[in-house]
Amino acid sequence: MEDYNFAYLDEQTKRMIRRALMKAVAIPGYQVPFASREMPMPYGWGTGGVQVTAACLTPEDQLKVIDQGADDTTNAVSIRKFFQRTAGVAVTEATAEATVIQTRHRIPETPLTEGQILVYQVPIPEPLRFLEPREVETRRMHALEDYGLMHVKLYEDIAKHGEIATSYAYPVKVEGRYVMDPSPIPKFDNPKLGGNAALQLFGAGREQRIYALPPYTQVVSLDFEDHPFVASKADHPCALCGATDSYLDEVIVDDEGGRMFVCSDTDYCTGRQQAWTEDAA
Amino acid sequence: MDLQALQGGFADPAREAAVAFRACLEAMARPGTIHRVAGVQPPAPLSVAAGVALLVLGDQTTPLYLAPSHDLPVIRDWITFHIGAPLVGRAQAAFALGTWADLLPLDDYPAGTAEYPDRSATLIVESPDLAPSGAVLRGPGIREAASLSLPALDEFRRNAALYPLGCDFLFTAGDRLAGLPRTTQVS
Repeated sequence: MEDYNFAYLDEQTKRMIRRALMKAVAIPGYQVPFASREMPMPYGWGTGGVQVTAACLTPEDQLKVIDQGADDTTNAVSIRKFFQRTAGVAVTEATAEATVIQTRHRIPETPLTEGQILVYQVPIPEPLRFLEPREVETRRMHALEDYGLMHVKLYEDIAKHGEIATSYAYPVKVEGRYVMDPSPIPKFDNPKLGGNAALQLFGAGREQRIYALPPYTQVVSLDFEDHPFVASKADHPCALCGATDSYLDEVIVDDEGGRMFVCSDTDYCTGRQQAWTEDAA
Repeated sequence: MDLQALQGGFADPAREAAVAFRACLEAMARPGTIHRVAGVQPPAPLSVAAGVALLVLGDQTTPLYLAPSHDLPVIRDWITFHIGAPLVGRAQAAFALGTWADLLPLDDYPAGTAEYPDRSATLIVESPDLAPSGAVLRGPGIREAASLSLPALDEFRRNAALYPLGCDFLFTAGDRLAGLPRTTQVS
């Protein structure tokens, strides 16, 4: 336990990340550059989220880690173990009990509350990156609030597919100012970004950026008057718990085209199944 | 440098600073909320909360401006030993420390640039008291409206009008602190 400093990072690094977090909270949606450190896991495994979590974590926290909504996948299990070993914090799988939740690409179904922090792992923080590869240019576009290119991209979606075909990492505008990449969450989760009671922090390790949404921040998914934003999901109930309001994963069950749709949020699904069995008993 | 300058830091830096930072982060993320912090005993007139904020956020890489109210040998020595921040003028400051009257005017501090609005000063304002009453706050981090005893209104209105540029504020009184980011509209 004492082989590591609390929460792995050294204090100098934590102060640098903490200063970036304070500015990120003060400028919602703006990507604050930070000196990302090499972590004992590969890029793409959530090194940005891990650094943000390490800088925020206190000894009294209850940590929950999810990967695409699931508590029991490799990425979630290894990050949870990492903080158990280096910070000695309590861990939980229950969304309501957690004080810090690190997430890869989902927002939990259970509504978050004040005092909770949701930490996102972000691969590409720059929403304009695939439209304009030059950092100097995208930085200037943010400075000038020049987001026309993003609307052209969404318009081209409509021209090609008849609708906005972007289904994840759907761009949003924060407080009427910065266009932000909400990380590759399904667009089903976009409505939960705005007006959320929890503090939302985003960390991109390889790209060295931190950004944030303070609680109750106004977040609007970009759209057009005649093609409004739709938070879509698979049109099925969950095969395990019967939920019709949760985001679903499609699972292939045999080699004859058989498939089932189940909740991607394992805690939400398990909770509903338990309530169901208790009612039956 | 006397012995006083060497004392009063965190006893368990990693854990105590982690708890203290959460208070600072919550204060900035939820303007109007007042948080209690502990763990350091800085020399007077530096408050516990201001000492905590400096220890949690400041180091050798953060130029610090001391307003006349706090530009005292005992505070300089304490900051040099515990934080190591270079002491500079207003225009170079990443952090500034002092009473409201001595920190004015706000135009002297870096407000960031259009490309890098994060390169702006954070002002640690030593206040006689903090209370959830007085000015009405609205904006990100606030459900509908919050109240906080602010030392002025016009300065914060003008600062908010610079958005996305502008300074950010931590108000400290005794062992309590509150935050005011540039996004907050005051009335």
